[in-house]
Order: sequence, then C-alpha cells, then structure tokens
Amino acid sequence: MFKTITNSQIIEILKASAARIEEEKDFLTELDNEIADGDHGINMAKGFNSVVAKLDGLAGKDIGSILKTTGMTLVSTVGGSAGPLYGTAYMKAGAALAGKNEMDGMDLVKAFEAAIGGIQMRGKATTGEKTMLDSLCPAYDALKAGIESGDDLKSALTKAVKAAEDGVEYTKTIKATKGRASYIGERSIGHQDPGATSALYLLQVLLENV
Amino acid sequence: MVGVVIVSHSQTLAEGVVELAKLMASDANIAAAGGLDDGTPGTSFEKISAAIDKVYSDDGVAVLMDMGSAVMTTEMVIESMPDRKIKMLDGPVAEGGVVVALEASLGTPLEELQEKVDEARNTKKLDV
Repeated sequence: MFKTITNSQIIEILKASAARIEEEKDFLTELDNEIADGDHGINMAKGFNSVVAKLDGLAGKDIGSILKTTGMTLVSTVGGSAGPLYGTAYMKAGAALAGKNEMDGMDLVKAFEAAIGGIQMRGKATTGEKTMLDSLCPAYDALKAGIESGDDLKSALTKAVKAAEDGVEYTKTIKATKGRASYIGERSIGHQDPGATSALYLLQVLLENV
Repeated sequence: MVGVVIVSHSQTLAEGVVELAKLMASDANIAAAGGLDDGTPGTSFEKISAAIDKVYSDDGVAVLMDMGSAVMTTEMVIESMPDRKIKMLDGPVAEGGVVVALEASLGTPLEELQEKVDEARNTKKLDV
C-alpha cells in the first residue's frame, strides 16, 4: 500500500493501462459498433501503444511532464473523439501536477478535477449524456469524498472504481445526446457507453497499482 | 486571400470537397485534411496542422469540419497556434466548402465568412 504515487509508478501505470486497453480492444470496439462508428477500441489501443513507445524516454521526468506527453501523444495518434478528449484530460492533469515527482491523495484529486474539467471543456459535455463523464464524474466525487475523509489512496480509489462501475451501468439506461451515438437517439438505450467503459478500465488499472 | 481547410474523418471526402470547391473557385487557396496519416478514417492533428500551414497567410484561414473529433482536434490545433488568425466555421462541409472557397477567392474577409456559410445552409435545394 502506498501513501503517494511516484513518477516511476506513473510510468508503470501507463504501461498497465496500455496493456488493459489492448486486452479490451475488441470489446470496446464491439460496444462502439452497437451505437456509433466502432473505432473506440482500435483507436484507444493505437494511442496507448504510441504512449508506451515514448515512456522509456520519460524515465526520471516529473509526473506533469509524463502526463503532458501522454496527452499530446493521444491527441496525435488516436484519431477519434477519444484522442482530443483523453488527450486534453491527461494534459490538464499533467498541468495540475507540473514539477511533482510524487503525488498524494489531494494531488490526485486536483489532477482528476483538472482532467474532468478538460473533458467537459473540450467535449462541451456534462453528465447524463452517455459519455465517459458518466463514469468519471461519480468516480471523482467518490475519490474526493474518500480522500477528504482521511481514506488512503487504495480505499479512496476502491470507492471511485465502484462509482465508475455504477456509472457504466447507468449509461445503459440513458440515451446518448453527445457524440456519434446521439445520431441513433433512443435506440442507444440498453447499450453501455464505450467511453465510460474505457474510463473505468483506466481507473481500475490505477487502483491495481497503488 | 483567406485560406480554406476542409477537415473530415474521410480522406476522400475532404479531397472531394476540395475538388468540388475548385470547380467554382479554381484559384481558391484550399487544402484537405481528411483521415489519418495512413489514409484510414479519423482526424489527424498533424494533417490539420500541415493543411493550415499550407494555406496560411496574414488574411487568415477558415476551417470547415465534419463532426466529433474533427471539431475537437481542429480546436486543439488552433490552440497550438495562438498567434495565428484561424477561424472554425459552423456549417455543411460540402455546400459550405464551395461557398467559402468562392467567397475567399473573391476577397471576402475571414470575419464575414460565417455569414456566407449560414446563407449556404439556409438555401433550399428543393421546394419541400
């Protein structure tokens, strides 16, 4: 159990994130195929594999720089909406952690808040629209509440992951009003959102590594 | 002359709109930024940046995008070029592209192009 997350752990977490996305690539693409253009898994895998290719060159850098490079790489390589959205999220989280070689629970809360703010700004989106925000926002709320009440990283992230899982389930019950899936409107009800799902995987990987 | 960039998930669509626009405005300064670097569907930060560089002048650049990541990626490219005069236009890519290319080639300034695209959007093709 860790009280903080270091820059070298961040590199391991990003590698593990890429591996998880690669494992779930076909499932994410299948989810996206049901309601939109079916590229989410493939695009995310391409983006995260490109991030992994840069990680060795980032060893020893501060967390802010590592996350900023991650974001810029995702923007350049993903090719679908996940590129600018996750790209902006990592870049904003990086800006919030500039110069830090390790972060504690409150740093994580601040970085997460900046990341979500970036996604809302870039996607002009909010919760309830069947997007990644429907797993990320409840996860953020749970993380923040946990850290503020004195939880360690693992306990707070456990609550965050649970909230994100519930968020993914919630996306099955609502219709898409943002993104490509909004073109099918009511017919998107019953399907789980691929963006909310990939966000859950990234949070699960974070939890597994603290 | 204002430069024009057409951003689409599809390389062939972006190139097709450029082709269509040039039928009306052969001297327009217009470039396509469609698909990913390898030509597969998607939107590419690098391709959009390169297309803007290609048609950029002090008169500025107007960008027309299809949907989703085309809009978001274009926003990020523009944010990466803070000293430049670049404007995203909201409207149909094909009809808007033709109108913008024509207006730009006739000397219409960047600030007035959104209004022209709005006119293109509101022009009905059928009496329905």
